[in-house]
Amino acid sequence: MNSLVIKPGSSSHSAYNLRDVHAEVEERHTLGVLVDNEPGVLARVIGLFSGRGYNIESLTVAETDQLGHLSKITIVTTGTPAVIEQIKSQLGRLVPVHDVHDLTVEGDHLERELALVKVVATDEHRVEALRMADLLGARVVDVTHESFVFELAQTSSEVDRFIDLMRPLGLAEVTRTGVCAMMRGAGAAE
Amino acid sequence: MSGEKSGPDQSHSMTGAEIVVKALKDQGVEVVFGYPGGAVLPIYDEIFQQNEIRHILVRHEQGAAHAAEGYARSTGKPGVVLVTSGPGATNAVTGMTDALMDSIPIVVLTGQVPTFMIGNDAFQEADTVGITRPCTKHNWLVKETDALADTIHRAFHVATNGRPGPVLVDIPKDVQFAAGTYVPPKDARTRSYAPRTEGDPDAIQATVELLEQAERPVLYTGGGVINSGPKASQRLRDLADASSFPVTSTLMGLGAYPATGKSWVGMLGMHGTYEANMAMHDCDFMLCIGARFDDRITGRLDAFSPGSRKVHIDIDPSSINKNIHVDVPIIGDVGTVLDQIIELWKSRGAKTRAEGVAKWWRQIEDWRSVDCLRYANSEKSIKPQYALQRLEALTKDHDRYVCTEVGQHQMWAAQFMGFNEPNRWMTSGGLGTMGYGVPASIGVQIAHPESLVINVAGEASWLMTMQEMCTAVQYRLPVKQFIMNNERLGMVRQWQELLHGERYSHSYSEALPDFVKLAEAFGCKGIHCHDPADLDEAVKEMLAYDGPVIFDCLVEKHENCYPMIPSGKPHNEMLLGEASTEGAIGDSGAVLV
Ligand SMILES: Cc1ncc(C[n+]2csc(CCOP(=O)(O)OP(=O)(O)O)c2C)c(N)n1
Ligand SMILES: [Mg+2]
Repeated sequence: MNSLVIKPGSSSHSAYNLRDVHAEVEERHTLGVLVDNEPGVLARVIGLFSGRGYNIESLTVAETDQLGHLSKITIVTTGTPAVIEQIKSQLGRLVPVHDVHDLTVEGDHLERELALVKVVATDEHRVEALRMADLLGARVVDVTHESFVFELAQTSSEVDRFIDLMRPLGLAEVTRTGVCAMMRGAGAAE
Repeated sequence: MSGEKSGPDQSHSMTGAEIVVKALKDQGVEVVFGYPGGAVLPIYDEIFQQNEIRHILVRHEQGAAHAAEGYARSTGKPGVVLVTSGPGATNAVTGMTDALMDSIPIVVLTGQVPTFMIGNDAFQEADTVGITRPCTKHNWLVKETDALADTIHRAFHVATNGRPGPVLVDIPKDVQFAAGTYVPPKDARTRSYAPRTEGDPDAIQATVELLEQAERPVLYTGGGVINSGPKASQRLRDLADASSFPVTSTLMGLGAYPATGKSWVGMLGMHGTYEANMAMHDCDFMLCIGARFDDRITGRLDAFSPGSRKVHIDIDPSSINKNIHVDVPIIGDVGTVLDQIIELWKSRGAKTRAEGVAKWWRQIEDWRSVDCLRYANSEKSIKPQYALQRLEALTKDHDRYVCTEVGQHQMWAAQFMGFNEPNRWMTSGGLGTMGYGVPASIGVQIAHPESLVINVAGEASWLMTMQEMCTAVQYRLPVKQFIMNNERLGMVRQWQELLHGERYSHSYSEALPDFVKLAEAFGCKGIHCHDPADLDEAVKEMLAYDGPVIFDCLVEKHENCYPMIPSGKPHNEMLLGEASTEGAIGDSGAVLV
């Protein structure tokens, strides 16, 4: 074998972190992405995540500026800090993307999720479900003799908690929108 | 040219097909590489009725895309492709992916089934925008003729601004027939896409400070220098010459700094020179200019240049900190940022640690004395390295452009041919597409009809797109196909030798054509050479022939390409020269490509 093994770089200090990528902790970030509302834009965003192996925990999208044809996409994703940085710059590279905001980094922000929760119950369970819903700020939006549909708009963890509470009381079906988010205060992303 | 028929009011009604041709003219397009079919017939009808835009009929849509790449790479202008729906579009996918990986601006126009048939599995329908979304920088399906001109102008804008790349405009046949309004380029909605070109002043300042303090500097340059335009190459030369910092380059950046320049240390990476890779490993300051820390360059990531401060100039923010964490990221256009750096550095007195740098050069000369490209020549067979040395010697004074295919011959061409100007070297770097070279050489020759255009090919790659020799003959393109015929998938064979226990699974073609007869069948000149003593005469014969030549250069079959940094190894564990390689590459390296 003719491989020449030369002593490593003479400087001992490392200018960058020789980190083990696997040892790094995954972080959860909420991104607000402002895009042109044009055909295929969602496919581009989703394709980017699947093509590059990034995670999507939730994704919501709707047009928010009809005159300007702009949509706001809120993405909740997880990854190591390096991966989160890549996700942001890869999103920023898409031609219809105007802005990428990392709300988790930028500071104090609101996150809300809308959930519809169907509970099928009679007798005490029915009473208990109604009482819990009242305590946690869920509204009854549909009712029959044996069921309720509750609506609540809360943080994801509060929605989780509500669903857990309903489970023993006859939880039948759940639909959730995923997170939509916005910075607190007077500043606007648009 | 623009608006001569229409007078001052350029916004007037035309058919979609007329709009396409008018938009191309207004974009300054001179050549389109294409192949007709049902869904683009209205556009072909328009092309037939004019003389300003030249259409080059290729023999496969992949060829159209690679020819457009060759045209773009050798001129700095976008290449244009026109193909039909369905199979026409899918055949062009490899070329678009290639252009995306190497940041080559091409504009691909595809026909589509009429809007009212989309989604019905119509004849020759494919979801072209869906298929090409991940292999274009951006793409559009145009559903109204009124949007057509605007979309085509935006397509050119996106292809050529920021990090260049391929774009696609999918045009249904009814949109080509219907009447719509034309808008000229200046009225198109291009403003929303405006990547930043100027570097952040603080980052420029930090870079200049690092530059002034560096004792073991390296300028690590890449294809971005060439994409940025001739000014960037000039600035790179200015900086390298004024600082006497050593310059290395990726495969894609060859020619930005001249191979005859005094600061040149050769290509880096997997098959780069020993001195370039050692300098990368041991440097204390690395200025990465328009390169992207690709895995062919870095080798093992956690052992990559452990002692250096790194600055990275790139127009694409996603390239920065993707593989290697850098100390100073600079987002901007290479030419502009180099201008900023040089200006500030000069205004501060153009200081360097000259003594340290001189010592560093002595170290580099030491590494250079290893003579890493040496090989054992032979009188019996033509060594591939020898063939390229002779080709280089006999052509280097020509006005010359070189394309390659993919494999060992490509790496040897990069090692043994010298490029002193940008845009003279066309190769498939990122995607490594066998079959790139033949059509690319055609695109280059179309752009530079009087120049010498050589495609350094492997016989296996060459067979993948050889039908384009018909194109060469049809348009009288005197491309020289220099086939380094080792009767092997040489690079695959080399990896099987080094990584797979010499089990040569399917890396050998048992049937190859007689290339001289094939040349005659195409209407080209065929030359065969297998004796090193005849090589010079044969090459001269090729150069003297005024027409396309297919040169079958039978070379040593079992030669390996060295130096080589095996996948998963750091730069300072390079393999030099022929040797038993047992144990050189661990199992963890074998899983890497
Ligand atoms: C389209 C395509 N298929 C497969 C490969 C994998 N591959 C890389 S090099 C190579 C062999 C190339 O053989 P040849 O063109 O004869 O060049 P040589 O290495 O012998 O010089 C192959 C199969 C590729 N790069 N591209
Ligand atoms: Mg071969």
